[in-house]
Amino acid sequence: MDTQQYLKNVATLEYEPSLCIGCRLCVEVCPHSVFKMAGKKAEVIKPDKCMECGACELNCVPGALKVKQGVGCAAAVISGFLKGTEPNCDCGGGQTCC
Amino acid sequence: MDYTNLSLARPPVVSSFWLPKDHLGALRVRFSLGRNRYRVNPGLYGLGRPGKDSEVIVTANYKLSFDLVRRKLSGLDVWILVLETYGINVWCAAGKGTFGTDELIKQVKESQLSLYVSHRRLIVPQLGAPGVSAHKVKAASGFSVKFGPVRAADTKEYISSGYKKSEAMRTVEFKFKDRLILTAVELANSVHYLLVAIIIVALLSGIHSEGYSFALIWKEGLRAGLYVLAAYMSGAFLAPLLLPLLPFRYFGGKGLVSGLLVFGFIMLLGRTEIPILSMLGWFLISGAISSFLTMNFTGASTYTSLSGVRKEMGIFVPLQIAFILAGLALLIISKFI
Repeated sequence: MDTQQYLKNVATLEYEPSLCIGCRLCVEVCPHSVFKMAGKKAEVIKPDKCMECGACELNCVPGALKVKQGVGCAAAVISGFLKGTEPNCDCGGGQTCC
Repeated sequence: MDYTNLSLARPPVVSSFWLPKDHLGALRVRFSLGRNRYRVNPGLYGLGRPGKDSEVIVTANYKLSFDLVRRKLSGLDVWILVLETYGINVWCAAGKGTFGTDELIKQVKESQLSLYVSHRRLIVPQLGAPGVSAHKVKAASGFSVKFGPVRAADTKEYISSGYKKSEAMRTVEFKFKDRLILTAVELANSVHYLLVAIIIVALLSGIHSEGYSFALIWKEGLRAGLYVLAAYMSGAFLAPLLLPLLPFRYFGGKGLVSGLLVFGFIMLLGRTEIPILSMLGWFLISGAISSFLTMNFTGASTYTSLSGVRKEMGIFVPLQIAFILAGLALLIISKFI
């Protein structure tokens, strides 16, 4: 059983196959096996498993991958809302937690 | 390695062995005691007797991360390059960017790594990738980044297989045991909120139609405190543990179901004399508390996205507020009729 199923059709991951140079790095860095190599190009096989960690975009040299990086943390969304900032992991102030 | 010819400082040597204080420290930080100060100094370390051809493993300066790396690599002679992440683990620090491209380049340069090794390879844990751009590190330092496995335990196999990762080595899990450890951490982190909430409901229980009664605090307050405790345990412990078994993909939905079930269970067990309106009120409040806490467990989970969390908060935060308000209204009405 796949015990890690989050919401469908919400992740901001975008992929432009024509830019892909087949370096495989997205496959290497993705913690949820969203990508697979199909011949010389990467392919998005499980878009709903994307947690928007941003590793693929950061390591995609030609810029074929785009994702709005963020932390999937309700506490971070609340503290970001209260402080008027983007959600981030600095809950409780300073360098604590996460 | 002959350091005399290089006029290089000998980096600190560490062993893979855990002393009792390392075990104790690991246990303590799991329960959030002194976690912010559990750090090692950034820089280069030698594990065993590393030489010019030895691998360089990059990690964070959270001491638990460092300790796990050195223990899981026992028997190997490797360099460990520690980045300044302010005591935060690799994945979280990568999300913040402290375990990142710039810091890695800085530590490579400051440690004069290129004088200690003849190759130009860095093994960065895969979960550091949200902060590390391999091509930028290569351009600035000459070192090529290899993203190793997710778990330090797989690093030996990764190296011996010629830097090959199976899908299992690349994938983050969230098993029962992982969730058990995380709920313990979360509970220890938020137990003060629970105590405050219990005190508040106990004090509110003293209110009745003709004024205030301290006797009621004992009579009803204790029971109210118990309901809050049950809802809290449902949302922060039970629902996270039973996560895949509960209905809905939304964490808030899972927590809601768990909270309602737990309160229903208490009612079946307790057979207490409780007015129906009051019971209904606590039913809604229990669901709301549990839903909120499980929603907050998204931060501890390993697979929720920000977009998803925003979507579920748009649905469940209004629902939680509505349940709390309706529940409180029912409790108040039941006191005055």
